[in-house]
Amino acid sequence: MEMPKANQMIIDAKPSIVVGLAQLLPKDAVLHYLNDTRPYECDALAAYACQPLAVVLPRTTEQVAAVLRFCHAHAIPVVPRGAGTSLAGGSLPTADSVVLSVARMVDVLETDYPNRFIRVQTGRTNLSVTAAVEDEGFFYAPDPSSQLACAIAGNIAMNSGGAHCLKYGVTTNNLLGVTLVQMDGTIIQIGGAYMDSGGLDLLGLICGSEGQLGIVTEATLRILPKPEGARPVLIGFDANEVAGACVSDIIKAGILPVAIEFMDRPCIVATEDFAKAGYPDCEALLIVEVEGSDSEIDLQLALIKEIAMRHNPVAFRESKSAEESQKIWLGRKSAFGAMGNIADYMCLDGTIPVSALPLVLRRIGELSQHYGLGVANVFHAGDGNMHPLILYNANKPGDLELCEAFGNDILRLCVEVGGCLTGEHGVGVEKRDLMTVQFAPADLEAQLNVKDVFDPKWLLNAAKVFPLDVSASRRATSV
Amino acid sequence: MRPQNEAELAQILVEAQSPVEIIGGGTRAIGDVVAGATPLYTDGFSGIELYEPGALTLVAGAGSLLSDINDQLAVEKQRLPFEAPDYAAVLGREGRSTLGGVVACNAAGPRRVQAGACRDSMIGVRFVDGAGAIVKNGGRVMKNVTGLDLVKLMAGSHGTLGVLTQVAFKLLPVPEASRTLFFDGQDPATAVALMAAALGSPYEVTAASFRPQSGTVLRLEGFDAAVKYRASALAKHLKFYGQAQISENSLSVWADIRDLKPFVGQTGDLWRVSVKPSDAAGILAKAAPLDYMLDWGGGLLWLLLPENTDLRLLLGTFEGHATLFRGKGGGAPSFQPQSPAIITLTQGLRAKFDPKAILNKGRMG
Repeated sequence: MEMPKANQMIIDAKPSIVVGLAQLLPKDAVLHYLNDTRPYECDALAAYACQPLAVVLPRTTEQVAAVLRFCHAHAIPVVPRGAGTSLAGGSLPTADSVVLSVARMVDVLETDYPNRFIRVQTGRTNLSVTAAVEDEGFFYAPDPSSQLACAIAGNIAMNSGGAHCLKYGVTTNNLLGVTLVQMDGTIIQIGGAYMDSGGLDLLGLICGSEGQLGIVTEATLRILPKPEGARPVLIGFDANEVAGACVSDIIKAGILPVAIEFMDRPCIVATEDFAKAGYPDCEALLIVEVEGSDSEIDLQLALIKEIAMRHNPVAFRESKSAEESQKIWLGRKSAFGAMGNIADYMCLDGTIPVSALPLVLRRIGELSQHYGLGVANVFHAGDGNMHPLILYNANKPGDLELCEAFGNDILRLCVEVGGCLTGEHGVGVEKRDLMTVQFAPADLEAQLNVKDVFDPKWLLNAAKVFPLDVSASRRATSV
Repeated sequence: MRPQNEAELAQILVEAQSPVEIIGGGTRAIGDVVAGATPLYTDGFSGIELYEPGALTLVAGAGSLLSDINDQLAVEKQRLPFEAPDYAAVLGREGRSTLGGVVACNAAGPRRVQAGACRDSMIGVRFVDGAGAIVKNGGRVMKNVTGLDLVKLMAGSHGTLGVLTQVAFKLLPVPEASRTLFFDGQDPATAVALMAAALGSPYEVTAASFRPQSGTVLRLEGFDAAVKYRASALAKHLKFYGQAQISENSLSVWADIRDLKPFVGQTGDLWRVSVKPSDAAGILAKAAPLDYMLDWGGGLLWLLLPENTDLRLLLGTFEGHATLFRGKGGGAPSFQPQSPAIITLTQGLRAKFDPKAILNKGRMG
């Protein structure tokens, strides 16, 4: 993976840049010694790291605006950062960049239960948004696996999803308004505590723009009343195809589960060794969760059972209590930890049409043979968002490259069957160079044009999302 | 002009030097049309390209008739989630709505409170921009964060950024049953409080609307046994607001709210106002409308005002936006004027997507 060559003139100007930034911010908010900036050299895509020029930790929107105005005036690249949990390298710095972290912007600004929204500073973590409203019986729906750590700023940048988005949608469906600071320091309010924002849907454009259009400092989020209850079933099958067909039949029957999770044999075996959740010995298993009152849950689970039985499951376990629910979820929730226990792994998140599932799993198996690297599949089956985990050894020379080549083949396959490169993690640097597989030049040009409008100098997170050769002529304007 | 495929459409737009007016079903366009604009019809782009009931996804031509699509989905007991309205009658227009028209104005009916607007169900678009470039964005899968989300940008852009040729949606199953709860005799502020209590309950209310003449109506949808339970639980939850009448068969009530039936044939300007629900009563007090309806729990107000009234002058500064939906509005621009920074961005985007400034020129201010 290649990053653009850092601008030596900016690096040489570090002392004056640091002094300039320090004049705009509180004393403790500018980090520039290597020991202090080291934690910011990478995000959760830890295979790639680069020390930034400096890190700033503003506390207010006005401070963010002051930093951006300064960097804009001096043509200094800026890399926005939420909590640094990106799996796609979304906040990977360059050596000539200032990392702008919103980690100190964690306040709840307003909660309004009758109008069902919360307004927060975007450094606040996903889970703590729910924590702020759950005593009143509400929750914030998008639930990425990293929700304990990840920040709302990053959720908005990547349009994050989660296990429950089949029913509740992803970030963009739960975002009502933002305060956006543009690269030139202009502060804009887009949307608010009402449902339509009028004019062009800039909110929809900003959500998922990977920190390339501006920095979101405050967000108005939709909150929802908590359901009366939720319970899962676990269904085991002797073939991936059968599990896939069962998913399709459940959906066609008019049931809308909050989550349908899928695990294949390698993943089941690994998690069983690790978490001892008591999963059945089978080729594929589904965890299907439904919500409502006890009687509504019973009704839906009975329907799911009827459908599952038509597919001759090798196991069917229905939760009757919170304890049993926890046990059903235990293996799934430990899946990533279990894989990490075996080897290093790379987690992909291509999405496919659900109907292509059997074909894609078979091809992934063949590719696994070809590359000689193990792979386990765990994913959100209801919406086709796959998470193949490729196992490799980071200490073995060449293994990372092999793993990346394998991953790229899987993503090409996802596009080939009508899907996409990324369902919820974002493009970042990880999938940047595959964008031409999914998009024709005119498709990319339309997206580049949007960035031109918001950030004409291409200073904000400019080395991400678009292949470097595609964005080269535009990025050149910043140097 | 009536292109039959994207290549023809692209050629037309490459060559066009004067304004073009995009026409789908001709039912819902709001805002000004530039005199002398050449009509460009989208009916060459009709028909379902792909429909996978087991994946809840549909891809169809933008010129497809909404009614045809609804019929096809009904066969599989599925539907577009956002309850697309039909405004032909209230706007006094002939013609039938197209998918592209629904998308261009980001339409949504009463189910908006639960299922979102058109843009929330959209997963892909193909369009030709004002310079003739054929562009795709999104695709046919439900979760997709690959690149910038131009799908949302196209929704509600009123044809100012490109001519839609294909749109993809995620769908929902049609529920087995529904129940409607009726409450009589509230003033608007109480009605909004009632609707807030309902929408803040765990009973999954899928619509909440109010008319002074008919009171507050709430809708539940799902499996028969489930909605039966939820209707009685909800009525109990809301007993402070009075005794609810529960109806099992009220599809027409919701169709009338969706299509703005109460305002069909009534003289006057019709304004559409989007605000925080708890601000609705204050808006009503300032606007003093001839007639009105609240939808989306009070977050959407439909206000009938005497002909040639500029509602924005009555409201002054408020948080939200007002759109002139029907009538002259005293010469007010149809779309709510935006802040200077947003105007700059909007003009920048329009200049990129429509460099010759020919697409639906008078729309969106």
